[in-house]
Amino acid sequence: MQRRLKIGVLYSRVRVEEKWIFGAMEKRGIDYDRLDDRAIHFDLDNAKPWQQYDAVLERSISYNSGLYALRLLNAFGVPTVNTASVAEVCGDKLMTSAALARDGVPQPHNATAFTTEAALEAIEAFGYPVVLKPVVGSWGRLLAKVNDRDAAEAVLEHKSTLGSVQHSVFYIQEYIAKPGRDIRAVVIGDKVLTAMYRKSEHWITNTARGGEGELCPITPEIEDLCLRAAKSVGGGVLAVDLVEHPEKGLVVNEINHTMEFHTMQPVSGIDIAGEIVEYTVNVVKEKF
Amino acid sequence: MSTIVCPECEAQVELAAGTEVGEILVCSDCGVDLEVTALEPATVQLAPMEQEDWGE
Repeated sequence: MQRRLKIGVLYSRVRVEEKWIFGAMEKRGIDYDRLDDRAIHFDLDNAKPWQQYDAVLERSISYNSGLYALRLLNAFGVPTVNTASVAEVCGDKLMTSAALARDGVPQPHNATAFTTEAALEAIEAFGYPVVLKPVVGSWGRLLAKVNDRDAAEAVLEHKSTLGSVQHSVFYIQEYIAKPGRDIRAVVIGDKVLTAMYRKSEHWITNTARGGEGELCPITPEIEDLCLRAAKSVGGGVLAVDLVEHPEKGLVVNEINHTMEFHTMQPVSGIDIAGEIVEYTVNVVKEKF
Repeated sequence: MSTIVCPECEAQVELAAGTEVGEILVCSDCGVDLEVTALEPATVQLAPMEQEDWGE
């Protein structure tokens, strides 16, 4: 008799997405454990408790907790969605930009520097306005649109003085006068599942910052760009954020490896949670 | 329907059907985030503050 699959779901909070994922697991009769990343611990001399899982689906809110858990699980030989290497690339904007640049995937003009002086020089070379972003962070937090040299000097000083050392990796991006919206596409494996416009009057269009969702048709250009972007970072379950650049056309702004889809699922009418669960099960099947 | 007492403002907050452990509620009176820690009986605690590396 064939053994039942055992899946672990690593999470920090039970958001609506996790409720949908748990529901999709239960609907399919999958044996799964809920693994609160605040309660777990790893004994590096004993991988067995973790090797009971045929796969672990990572849904941590904490990037650090999720990333280190994935590294350990992969080291123990446990397949994960997504893999640690994908999380390493997607969770760090600079790593994402480097991967996209390596593969010639269109993206905004980016630069990086490690001191305030060098960052100021890079910003001046861009011309104003520019956008400063933390390399690790999400939900549109701590993004700064810098309109002139005075603002650049102030923001750089604040970042280097008040932030953790990671804030002294200055990630500089051209400001894009986008048409009051960006596009989020869900890529699972080699398929672009759905896409949504995120509209906002504010220059930050993230739905976590109040942006509204509206269905976006998946054009051949969107499909091609998203699949190239997903492949570039290692593939899996990904949300690819695109921006309509007035001169360059569509560019990839960032890629999320533990995407939220509380707006996307109702807007698209697609069971994204179910698709994620199916993908996770298929990852297990590919292993055997 | 379970009811909890907000640890911040002592308001009575009703838990919706289908509420799960680990879910975040917002107190309707003071607006604080509350994490559900048990269901039978229902208990909550103040949800942890958002950390710098949180996100998607």
